[in-house]
Formats: sequence, structure tokens, C-alpha cells
Amino acid sequence: MVQFLEVTRMNKNIILCGVGGQGTVLASKLMAAAAMEKNIPVMTAETIGMAQRGGSVFSHLRMGEGIHSPLIAKGTADLIIGFEPGETVRMLPFLKKGGSVVVSSRPIMPVSASIGDAVYQAEEMIAYLKQKVMNLTVVDSEKAMKELGSSKVLNVVLLGAAVRSGELGLTLEDIQAAIQNRVPEKFQELNIRALTYTE
Amino acid sequence: MHKEFLMGNEAIALGALSAGVNLVAGYPGTPSTEVLETIARQNPGTVYVEWSVNEKAGLEVAAGAAYSGARAMVTMKQVGLNVASDPLMSLEYIGVKGGLVVMVADDPGPISSQTEQDTRTFAGFSKLPLFDPSSVQEAYEMIQEAFEYSEQYHTPVFFRSTTRVCHGYASIDVKDQEEYYINTPEGFIKDSSKWVIFPRLSRINHAKIEERNALLSDVFSEYKRNFIRRETEGAPHRGIAAHGISYAYAMDNLNKDNHVRLLKVSTPFPFPEKLAVEFLDGLDEVLCLEELDPVIERALTYICGKYGLKTRILGKLTGHVASAGENSMESVGAAIAAFLGMEQESQEILDMPPLPVRPPVLCAGCPHRASFYAVKQAMLGRKTIFCGDIGCYTLGNAMPLDMVDTCLCMGAGINIAQGVKHIEPDTACFAFVGDSTFFASGITGVVNAVYNQADMTLIVLDNSTTAMTGHQPHPGTGHTMMGEIVEKISIEKILHAIGLTVVETVNPLNLDEAVACVRNIADQPGVKAIIFKSPCIALTKPSGKSTVDNEKCIGCQKCIRQLGCPALIMNDGKAAIDQSQCTGCSLCEQVCPVGAISGGNKNE
Repeated sequence: MVQFLEVTRMNKNIILCGVGGQGTVLASKLMAAAAMEKNIPVMTAETIGMAQRGGSVFSHLRMGEGIHSPLIAKGTADLIIGFEPGETVRMLPFLKKGGSVVVSSRPIMPVSASIGDAVYQAEEMIAYLKQKVMNLTVVDSEKAMKELGSSKVLNVVLLGAAVRSGELGLTLEDIQAAIQNRVPEKFQELNIRALTYTE
Repeated sequence: MHKEFLMGNEAIALGALSAGVNLVAGYPGTPSTEVLETIARQNPGTVYVEWSVNEKAGLEVAAGAAYSGARAMVTMKQVGLNVASDPLMSLEYIGVKGGLVVMVADDPGPISSQTEQDTRTFAGFSKLPLFDPSSVQEAYEMIQEAFEYSEQYHTPVFFRSTTRVCHGYASIDVKDQEEYYINTPEGFIKDSSKWVIFPRLSRINHAKIEERNALLSDVFSEYKRNFIRRETEGAPHRGIAAHGISYAYAMDNLNKDNHVRLLKVSTPFPFPEKLAVEFLDGLDEVLCLEELDPVIERALTYICGKYGLKTRILGKLTGHVASAGENSMESVGAAIAAFLGMEQESQEILDMPPLPVRPPVLCAGCPHRASFYAVKQAMLGRKTIFCGDIGCYTLGNAMPLDMVDTCLCMGAGINIAQGVKHIEPDTACFAFVGDSTFFASGITGVVNAVYNQADMTLIVLDNSTTAMTGHQPHPGTGHTMMGEIVEKISIEKILHAIGLTVVETVNPLNLDEAVACVRNIADQPGVKAIIFKSPCIALTKPSGKSTVDNEKCIGCQKCIRQLGCPALIMNDGKAAIDQSQCTGCSLCEQVCPVGAISGGNKNE
């Protein structure tokens, strides 16, 4: 019985979401690699194919024993790592009661908004998240990208914030090791700065 | 054994390699593509791998290898199976010597396909045994078993998986290279009584196939991946039958609850009948959790009739499970809760603010946008039809381009344009086809047009790759999956050889030239072609970036409203360009009425 509780405690359901091309897949790969290093079984599922072209994308990541499906059921995610405010709101039905959200403040305008079919205010999205989510971390991504001098490491900045939220079940050292194993050497220093970046 | 974190399709590839596969052929298609790519990437040098020109060619190549004693695999998506069905239906009557696995990826949803067809149904039709995995680990192991069954029973077999298994990742146990099976092909042994299909041979072999499949139904009743999970004592007499990813959803939803008997069906054809009878024994009701067709539901209903069982079989046919679309953790959870009379909490949020709609769009700088725009401008005010086809360029249907009037299946647009013209002679008929699609199934349509004196304009959108599925090479790219550099097959020369006299090759990013070209040739009689040639932006480095001069921009939004480029946005009443997306294609510069945009690199 005790062991069963142990196992349950270790199980984590994490959703990464954003817009095609933002680097959600690499972020989920880094977390999976970090989990594997610790011998934690891990499964992921993500959007691949036609929907990637500027569309909404997600990765589901599940860690722990006794899992069958790579997809997370609504209302059971421990953590949502949102690369874009509107996409984060879209995934909110997946968050469990009391779950945490880490979100990038920078919106990506859909083409539909550009040609006048739809209005999209990112501030409204952030306000809505503040109202709904107790454990919310908003990352000022414009500022982070400016200070880090690269727009390519938003994913790792968000991962760092996710680790600090305490909901990831992984440490900065775990992720750092995964970066060292999986990211080309010339980008490692930048990625590790991004991981440890705080405002 | 060691652990690896693998995508389902990578696991299938590694499983095939560990089963000693000698030859792999296929045609790209989501969600199947990564299987062949992984084989090519991991090729120890002993496997022949090719992207075939289409699925029919791929299956025939694989059949030749299997006739020669090789273990062979052919990969495709479900609609690709339609293309391969001609050789497949006959091949089942001939059989194979080496193991031949037809790996087909189905796409419930559908997420990126035209149909929600079920390869399990195709298995019953074509009489091929079928293997249907539920997880990445199972896919890895099952593909190895599929080769063994194929070889033992001298029949091609289907290995069918769906998007969530193909594209799911998991940390799984895989064999070390030393544990791999090595298959050494014996070679082709001449025997025309065996390898040449004639009506008499087909009749004899048909009887043998039916006999074998009856035997396989018994064999599969003992197969470890078809099994019954028993309920606890005193549980209500209810059961659940599931397959594929729906089995995983069912297991996660049932959690540790053991109050229902569970049947996992990994070989829906031939159906494990004896096991099913054992499963049904004493049950009042069974819920079938399936994606796509109600294959298990029909089989169980049939078995109840055959054996006079009173069990009620519920599922898609009875309205207890959705008849179309992809299953999910929630839909399976809801179906189980309703079946067991349990309450289920709704997870929907009612006060959600309106969210931006993000349909997939052509990338910023995509040359297809320029091609569509040029044809649109040239034909403004004319009665036209624009027949589209399968590829990234299907996205040309979206507003504001709105340049795809029809799309059916690979290569269809070329023939549809001809048909429309025969009925509506005053319409200017265009067919758009990509380079990979042209080679896969466009050429016969052009021959048909020329021979039958059609009147149409063929637009080949040549971006020198198979872009939609992730940039696979094809006959026009000059390289193969074996790493060879080969002579490129010229689309222009093919069109000339078929008999077209007007074949123009134009860079669509030069808007004036492109529009003029369309105007010049659209009204010429007969079949004429324009090849809009410009490489996919994902394969080339941006040559510059366009920027808007705020002083000059009059805020008319013409660039945004006419092109629908995702890099173009409005900012404080002026057009602005997202520098992280812009490739400097310069199309917006050429569209701007006041010359406010500059910096891109046209024609380079």
C-alpha cells in the first residue's frame, strides 16, 4: 500500500502548448530525457503534420509507473507550460484543480486576426489565467529574450520557470544534464543561461 | 536489451530492423512517414531502403523482394493503401516466401487525411491477417511477430497502427544489435505455377486462404496479445472489448477498477473467435471501444448469433460510442461511465473567453502563395475553376487566397479539371499539382488530357521536395534514401514528351512575370503547363528580410488582406512584418501600392 502511494506521488501529467515552430517538442524531449536518466517511465504525445503549419500545437508528457495512454485526460494535468497566452487558455480544461501554470506573456497573432476576422487581446488572456489559476507564473518573454540576446530559447526559459514552480518533479540539474546530452555544444551555454534565467 | 525513448514509428522501424528486414519501400504520408526515415537513418548498410514513386510501386518492389526470400516491409498511410490495393488484392492470392509486412498508419479524426477509413476493414476484404498494437512497446514487439507469422503462413500481413501509437513517444526496452535476427534471402526460384496468377490458380488459392484464415482464428485465440483480463468475483456481468490506443484509454480510465471483464483484440482479422466465446461466457452486456469502423462490435455480434448467446453487444452500431472521429481519454471515460452507470464530472469550462482561431496556413514566404496569387490576379473577373490536390498547397484554399475549388485525392485535380471543361466549355480550367504528387500520380492525368484533347492549364508547383510530410526526396530531387546522388527526372521534359507544346517555367516570386505568363497561355487551346519553380522556404536560408517604411505606409492593408502571410500584421494603423517569420520573399513589396516595403530579395 505504501509503495502504491509512493508511485502515485511520483506520477506527473504535464502539458506544453503553443504555436507551431515555438519549440514545444524540444522542451518535451528534454524533460523526457531528464526523466529517463532517473529511471522514471515516460510517455509523450504531440501534434505532428498539417496542424503544425502555424496552428495550435501541444505536447502531453506523462511520467511515472502504470501509465497506458500517452494522452492526458481533462482535469488531470499537474502543470501546463504555455508558450503563448491564448493557447494556454485553450488548454486550461486539462488542468487539475489546484494545478500550476507557467505562461509566456508574448502573444502570437493568428492570420485570422490579421485579416480582421477575429480580435485577440493577449492581456485578456493573462487576466483570465490570473483569475482561474492559483499557481500562475507569467514569464515576461520579451524581456527575457532581450536580456538573453536570443529569441530561440523561450522553451528553455519556460522550462526553468517550470522547475522553479516545483510541479515538474525534476530539478534544474536534471534538465541541465539533458541539455548537455542533447543540445549541440555551441548552443549549450546559451541554453543553460536560459534555464537559470530569472527576472 | 536497453532502454530508448522512441516515437512509435521509430519503434516500428527498430523492430523491423531487429527482425532482419532486408528491404523497405514506401511513400510518405502522415502518420506513417517516420518509419521509413528511421530505417534509412539507422541503416546498418545491409537494408535496401527507398521512397517509391507511390504506394503501388512500393508494394510491388517489396513483393519482388519477398518472392526472393527477403524480409520486406512497405509503409504508407491509410489512403496510400487505396493506391496499393491493386497489387495487394492479387498478392494475397499468390502469397510470399520471405515475410512481407504492409505497414499502414490509420488517421482517426482525421487529423491530416481525406478519409477515416479503417485498415482493419481492408484486412477482411483483402483477407490479410492484421496486427494492431496499443502502445509503443507493443508496436516494437508486435512488428517482429508480424514478420514471423507472415513467413510461417506465406502471406503478406498488415501491421496497422494509428496516430497516437505512431506519433506517441515512450521509454521502451529494445534489443541490442547483437540480438538482431539475420535473414539471408535464398533468391528467386523460378516456378510459373506458383508466381504467375491465372484464374485457375486463384480459385485453388482462394480455398487455401479461407482454410488458413480459419486456422489463424484458432491460432490467434492463443496469441498472447489477444487476451482476457478477468473481473473480480461477484462483479456485474459486464465486459469491455477494446483495441489499439482505445485499449490504453480504457485501462487508464478503469485504473485499478476490476469490476469489468476486458477483452483486448490485437488481431481483428482473422478474429480470435474461440477466445471471444470464452470472453462472452456469462456476460449480459459488452461495450466495444473502437476507433473508425465497428470491427470488433460486428465480430462479437456475429459470434453471439452463431453460438446463440444472449449477450448484448454495444458500441458504434448501437449509439453507445461515437460513430466517427477520434476517441480520447474523455470520450472513452464517458462511454465507460455511462455503461457502468457511474456519474462523470464534466471538465468543460463555461466562461472561457473567445480564443484565436489558428487554422494551418502556408508559411511566411511560401512560394505557393505567390503562385496562387499570380493565377488569381491573371484570371480576375474570368469564369474559372481551380482544381487543387494533396500537399501543403491544399492550404491555398484558405482566405484570402481562396484558390482551391476542389481537392479529392492524389493526382485527381488534373482529371477533374478535364471533366468540368467537358460539361462547362466556357470555364477556364486549372489544375494545381505539387512536384511529388506529379510523380506519384499526376503523369497519367496529363497523358489522359493530351490524348483526349482536353483544354486546360496545368500548374506544377515545384518546390523541389515533398514538403507537407517533412521534406522527403522524390524523383525530381536527385537524391535517394540510400544516399546516392542521381540524375533528376525533369518535369518539363516529361511534359514535352507527353506532347505538350506550351510548357513555361517561371519563378512565382517575380509577380509581374508570373501574372504575364498565366495571361499569355491560359487562353491558348489544348493542354498547356506552367511550372512555378521556387524552393520550399524550410530548405533555404532567408536571403533578406522585408521591412515597412512607416512614413510611406498608408495603412491600406492591401498586403495583409490579399496575401494572408502570417508574418504580416497591423501595428498602430500601419503594416508591420514579424522579422522572425519573414523570409524576404518580397511578394508583399510587389503588392504594396505605395512602395512602402523593401529589403527582401526577389528572384534569388
